[in-house]
Amino acid sequence: MSLEGKVALITGGSRGIGRAVCTQLASLGVLVGVNYVSNPAAAEQTLEQVKTVGGQGFTCQFNVADTEAVQKNIKAIIDQYGSIDILVNNAGITRDGLMARMKESHWDDVLDTNLKGAFNCSKAAMRPMMKKKWGRIINISSVIGFLGNGGQVNYGAAKAGLVGFTKSMARELAGRNITVNCVAPGYIVTDMTEELDQEVQDAIKMQIPLGRLGSPEDVAASVAFFVSPGGDYLTGQTLHVNGGMYMGN
Amino acid sequence: MAVEAKMIDIIVEQLSVDKEKVVPGASFVDDLGADSLDLVELIMAMEEEFDVEIPDEEAEKIATVQNAIDFVAKIQ
Repeated sequence: MSLEGKVALITGGSRGIGRAVCTQLASLGVLVGVNYVSNPAAAEQTLEQVKTVGGQGFTCQFNVADTEAVQKNIKAIIDQYGSIDILVNNAGITRDGLMARMKESHWDDVLDTNLKGAFNCSKAAMRPMMKKKWGRIINISSVIGFLGNGGQVNYGAAKAGLVGFTKSMARELAGRNITVNCVAPGYIVTDMTEELDQEVQDAIKMQIPLGRLGSPEDVAASVAFFVSPGGDYLTGQTLHVNGGMYMGN
Repeated sequence: MAVEAKMIDIIVEQLSVDKEKVVPGASFVDDLGADSLDLVELIMAMEEEFDVEIPDEEAEKIATVQNAIDFVAKIQ
């Protein structure tokens, strides 16, 4: 397997989509770094899953919004494992509320984690990729960045921002054989969507041609596609994994 | 002299060029084939190696091997 020996860091890898990405990449022979911010037990569970598919990994605690912590921890990973070849910027939070009542801090928190977090981690991890002339960066956007959603101006802005971030970085790093792509999930069964009322979930399903919420594994498979040799000629792209609820580009 | 030797090593390593080509008058872009990203990497390597901070407006003036050697000699 050509991904044997590669090192990946998945931010927000302890739960949901991040956990599925860790497991999927580990099954391809990648050594996975499971980043988490506040739940070490969940990160350990991810690591257990990684081991059950015959993979290897490690956990690392830091907040992607904390620039200094990112620099320090990513440097430590690079020092210990030689490089980070694959970076999945997955860490994301929501602080929903109608804009008229949205606190500035809720705007800042979401932008800091979901958008600036990707900048922080990419910047800290890109140099060894540039040296090795190989790297894969995948940013987890969202269908909300394309469709918009009442109550999520912060989240929608951050997730749409990731797309522009991806395209610009893809142009900067293409000469170093580093591809940068987006995966934009629709509604996926995670802790984030389980908070939604049953009626809201039913209403969402009405908008999805495939008639169901996605699974974290559906998203992880797309991340794996960008990372695997079959994805080598793709950069600056967004892959929509949403059961057909948004088909534009 | 130590600065010069170190600087040449950094350039050889960063730009993957032959040592003989790294002469004082050589331009990074025109003679050594560097692109904008190479220049950024070179500046970052200089910062690390010599433990200095090179502001962007200074970095822009570093176009040749001699420029780089002079700059480091000056601020060290």
